[in-house]
Amino acid sequence: MNAESPNPSPAARVTPTFVWSVKRELWENKSICIAPAIVAAVILFGALVSSTHLPDRRRNALLLDEVRRQAAIQLPYDIVAVVLMITAFIVGLFYCLDALYGERRDRSILFWKSLPVSDGTTVLSKLSIPLLVLPPVIFAIIVATQFIMLLISSAVLAPSGLAGTTWTNFNVLQQSVILFYGLIVITLWHAPIYGWALLVSGIARRATFLWLVLPPAALAVFEKITFNTSYFWDMLKNRLGGAGDTAFTFQMHRGLSVDQLTPGRFLSTPGLWIGLLVAAAFVFAAIRLRRYRAAL
Amino acid sequence: MATIEASGLRKTYGTTVALDSIDLRVEEGRILGIIGPNGAGKTTALNAILGLIAYEGKLNVLGRDPWNTRDELMRDVSFIADVAVLPRWIRVSQLLDYVAGVHPKFDRTKAEGFLARTQIKQASKVRELSKGMVTQLHLAIVMAIDAKLLVLDEPTLGLDILFRKQFYDSLLNDYFDHSRTIIVTTHQVEEVQDVLTDLIFINHGRIVLQCTMEQFEARYVEVMVHPDHLAGARSLKPLSERQVFGRSVFLFDQVDRNQLSAIGDVRTPSIADLFVAVMSNHSQVGHQKPEVSK
Repeated sequence: MNAESPNPSPAARVTPTFVWSVKRELWENKSICIAPAIVAAVILFGALVSSTHLPDRRRNALLLDEVRRQAAIQLPYDIVAVVLMITAFIVGLFYCLDALYGERRDRSILFWKSLPVSDGTTVLSKLSIPLLVLPPVIFAIIVATQFIMLLISSAVLAPSGLAGTTWTNFNVLQQSVILFYGLIVITLWHAPIYGWALLVSGIARRATFLWLVLPPAALAVFEKITFNTSYFWDMLKNRLGGAGDTAFTFQMHRGLSVDQLTPGRFLSTPGLWIGLLVAAAFVFAAIRLRRYRAAL
Repeated sequence: MATIEASGLRKTYGTTVALDSIDLRVEEGRILGIIGPNGAGKTTALNAILGLIAYEGKLNVLGRDPWNTRDELMRDVSFIADVAVLPRWIRVSQLLDYVAGVHPKFDRTKAEGFLARTQIKQASKVRELSKGMVTQLHLAIVMAIDAKLLVLDEPTLGLDILFRKQFYDSLLNDYFDHSRTIIVTTHQVEEVQDVLTDLIFINHGRIVLQCTMEQFEARYVEVMVHPDHLAGARSLKPLSERQVFGRSVFLFDQVDRNQLSAIGDVRTPSIADLFVAVMSNHSQVGHQKPEVSK
């Protein structure tokens, strides 16, 4: 006994174990980075093809008043950000849906469980993919895509002497700050959806997507039939697409600027905190459940 | 402290009793073979020991409760639960990186040394390896972990004879020492006969025979009886009688060897033959279950 070197305390080992587990997830799921990159490449190709019309469109935009002009010039960049954020959401959702199901399907859970890694570390490392890994990845991809679009636009507009109009109407730094804030908002807002997907992937023996969608849909239908109300359905819609409602003050015909961010209002929304609590409950259940799970 | 101590270990799935109050004690440095027909409860017993399933009764593995402390227990326990459970997408080098990252008792150099003796390349993905190579890879990882207990559930299932032979050879030559304990279940009984130090037969969730290999060799005798001594042989209450090439072969439990050599050719039976005899008259052996070696 005394010849044995002292074991490091469990707490001291959790960090490297967690980091290695996250790395392991990235090795297995390269599509997390590849899928958004492919979408970005397609967008850039589209931007390149349509750039022949850019000088005409820009001349028209310059006829508008300042607010509308800025909005018109910003619009393609905003669309890129939104499309890539939706891509990231879909990638994250399907990642979660397979995270605890795939290891049972291919029986590798028997190998992972033969290592000194707790169920908590395993599930949290999987949860960290949509919450901690995807946001910075998607941020980098969006900023890079927008930057390349700016370069394309400058090159195309240079002969007509309009290259500068993009840079004066699109503030790269300010848009990056808005994007960074937006990604944090949407990630926190979607946390319970990722948590639910993780829990489903730990429960379902097959057809994970049906288990993801059917129970909430059934609940909404039940509420409609029984009480003729649709609170649950409204709540689901709000959860999917309502992240920006309290986090920004949108204005008609106007592109977003930094003064429209309302983090205080967002942080004081009960829906945010209730959602995070629900997410924590789903994740806790998924951790407890993994102890009972074997290969399918 | 024994490596494994179980008393009244019980597991039910609905109305099916998978383990029916098993008492078990495995000391350090033993190589225990658990032999039983399909569905006898072997894997259930191993899963309980590994903390993969909840159970009733008392179970203590290396001083820990497996169900509640699986992750801590796995620092000192390794297992190959089944062939081909290594993730198919992973590269050999990534697998070594990961295990080295999460396992404090994994010696990467050692694993690479074992792999160097095989055809396995570190740049390969697991899905590109043959079934035999996947088992070699898993064994290389497991043997590079300085564990106190190694559990192998049908580790050589579906492998060809060369891989199977090599599997147990490396296990004995490169891994086993008397501070480790190994538990193995297998249907390829003949391969482990010379490897084991202890033997358990399990059927319908119960232990029907439990002995050390010394006891096994001392107690059980197989006799190819001369045709004129058949009646005499039967009067000695053999466990079983079967025909081999027209000769009668009897299996005896605790009958004097000198007495038996008078009626035919005496030899130690194979575990497989004893297994068949015990399983076919299970109840007869049940009441004379031998004492566990202490």
